[in-house]
Amino acid sequence: MLEIKNLHVKLEEEDKQILKGVDLSVEAGKVHAIMGPNGSGKSTLSYVLSGRDGYEVTEGSAMLEGQDLLDLEPEERAAAGLFLAFQYPVEIPGVGNMTFLRTAVNAQRKARGEEEMNATDFLKLVRARAKELKIDAEMLKRPVNVGFSGGEKKRNEVLQMAMLEPKMCILDETDSGLDVDAMKLVADGVNALRSEGRGFLVITHYQRLLDHIKPDVVHIMSDGRIIKSGGPELALEVEHNGYADILNEVV
Amino acid sequence: MALAERRITATEARLEGFDLVKTGWSASARADALQRLREMGLPDRRDEYWKFTRPDTLVQVETPKASVFDNDEQPVFDAHDRLRIVFADGVFDPDASDDLSLEGVSIERLEDIADKDIHWAKDLYGVLEKRGQSPVPRPFAALNTAFATDGLMIHVTGKPSKPISLIYTHGKEDSDAILHHVIRVEAEAEATILENGPAAARFNKCMEVDIADTGKLHLVRAQGRDHERRAVTHLFARLGEESVFKAFTLTVNGVLTRNEAVIELNGDDAIAHIAGACVGDGDFHHDDTVFITHDAVNCESRQVFKKVLRNGATGVFQGKILVKEGAQKTDGYQISQSLLLDGDSQFLAKPELEIYADDVACSHGSTSGAIDEGALFYLRSRGVPEKAATNLLTLAFLAEAVQEIEDEALAEDLIERLENWLARRS
Ligand SMILES: Nc1ncnc2c1ncn2[C@@H]1O[C@H](COP(=O)(O)OP(=O)(O)OP(=O)(O)O)[C@@H](O)[C@H]1O
Ligand SMILES: [Mg+2]
Repeated sequence: MLEIKNLHVKLEEEDKQILKGVDLSVEAGKVHAIMGPNGSGKSTLSYVLSGRDGYEVTEGSAMLEGQDLLDLEPEERAAAGLFLAFQYPVEIPGVGNMTFLRTAVNAQRKARGEEEMNATDFLKLVRARAKELKIDAEMLKRPVNVGFSGGEKKRNEVLQMAMLEPKMCILDETDSGLDVDAMKLVADGVNALRSEGRGFLVITHYQRLLDHIKPDVVHIMSDGRIIKSGGPELALEVEHNGYADILNEVV
Repeated sequence: MALAERRITATEARLEGFDLVKTGWSASARADALQRLREMGLPDRRDEYWKFTRPDTLVQVETPKASVFDNDEQPVFDAHDRLRIVFADGVFDPDASDDLSLEGVSIERLEDIADKDIHWAKDLYGVLEKRGQSPVPRPFAALNTAFATDGLMIHVTGKPSKPISLIYTHGKEDSDAILHHVIRVEAEAEATILENGPAAARFNKCMEVDIADTGKLHLVRAQGRDHERRAVTHLFARLGEESVFKAFTLTVNGVLTRNEAVIELNGDDAIAHIAGACVGDGDFHHDDTVFITHDAVNCESRQVFKKVLRNGATGVFQGKILVKEGAQKTDGYQISQSLLLDGDSQFLAKPELEIYADDVACSHGSTSGAIDEGALFYLRSRGVPEKAATNLLTLAFLAEAVQEIEDEALAEDLIERLENWLARRS
């Protein structure tokens, strides 16, 4: 599904290499987790995949179902089925959450040549999905993420994901800032979306989330590279011993 | 202080074509206004109050031409039930207008009552304008009082069932129109006035509004789309105790628009909200100049102005809150913001506070910025194309001003104008 090869990325503005040859492929139906120390490049990878400005790909490639992601505008990547749940969701004063969701859903449908969803169907769907995530009607009316608590913002990301039904979901620390119950809600939300045709890349620092969302593969990222990959047991190792052993072992 | 020769020459040249009305109730007000005007002279580029906006084309004798914009967009407010009063290039058009009778209000045409010796409007015509000439002179308003050729005297005594809608159509490339309206709202009375349309190639409009204790007036206007039109408008309002005045202006296009509002809160517990949203391109120049005086206790005033500028457009805001001695518990708020869609456009702002009372809460802020890149990327990452995302964020930027319109249906109508404007440019 997602095929990243030898990806090298530097900052556009300064001569700073951040990703130094990332190789990673996520198959349809699988959940891959990425762990790694602060500043190792996890968010940068997710931003580059979704097309944010400010980065320059100097080498390598990233394909989604055979389509070259790096050639596409951010909105085209979204329409192709890529979704990023942001580590820091953005506040948009003046744009209602509902308007935002409907604009996004219909823009993607339009881009794929599908019919737009009518207001009634849309409303029904949003309400049902929001309820599962314990997002109340009042939150849907408010401007996007404005005045939302940290945990509410993260749940709102998962709501967007549930509405957009992407093929490839990247979750960047969606668990951070969540209380135990909210973590369960979010994990349930993600698990509900797990399906044969969908891939997940879950960036996290904590084993706790992975207790709920069982990963198939765990990768360790350090200094712009995937330095080790393994099964779920790798996450447990990190949880118990930190990164020191793994980093030493590789060097 | 004697006026510079140059200014006298320019003023006299402009006055040459006008005849002063010498009979009827308005004659003395007109003669006074002419004298005022001669004392102050029409403005030129050196005037501090015209520092950001060049008055030349408003002063010059020959009317700068403005082609008539032909489009199939449904005129704004068309879907609303309202009393329609049409002025074509500044001249009342009885055939296009509804019958002027409506319960709760009396509406008379300036020309129809010109010969009367007495009229209620005599206490207001040119009176509020004259009060508004200090501390800053407003020569185009004096010119207007002296030489207005048409206008309406609107006396609101009850609660008319529908808005009074003034429609200004533009059909002649070189029309130069001067309209003067006087509105008096009695105690407990309440009305909504709508204004829309490009009006003329060059339009000078003055509106004097007097609201008695507990009266309420809503004014919603949409200045027409004809790109080459020029307008200088003045709104003078005086508010009594517990009265409410809410004005909103949408401006779309226009090479030169100067909207001045001079508001006096004279009775305790009065509320005045003056808001505006404008969008413009290229040689668009839009100037909001507002002067609010608090001269009573526990009054509230809000100024909310938002400007979207692109391709070298210019936005100007000069706004002042003056709190007089004794005007305690004043709540004054002023915000002016521009969204610059490119590096060529500019926003020039001069927000001012002058306060002579100690127990007041006044705030003002002015900002100028580009589209928020973070928000833009967020929207695009959800699949919203760049243009649509920019438009959505632009509307969001204007929302705070548009929210000042109380009537939701009217607000929606204006939002649709904005959406159309954005869509035409995508
Ligand atoms: N726009 C930028 N300007 C300067 N430095 C940047 C920029 N973007 C990323 N970096 C740097 O690149 C490195 C990788 O950052 P990134 O946010 O990808 O790390 P991360 O692995 O997500 O860390 P965390 O676990 O703390 O979220 C860091 O050293 C960061 O400071
Ligand atoms: Mg990160």
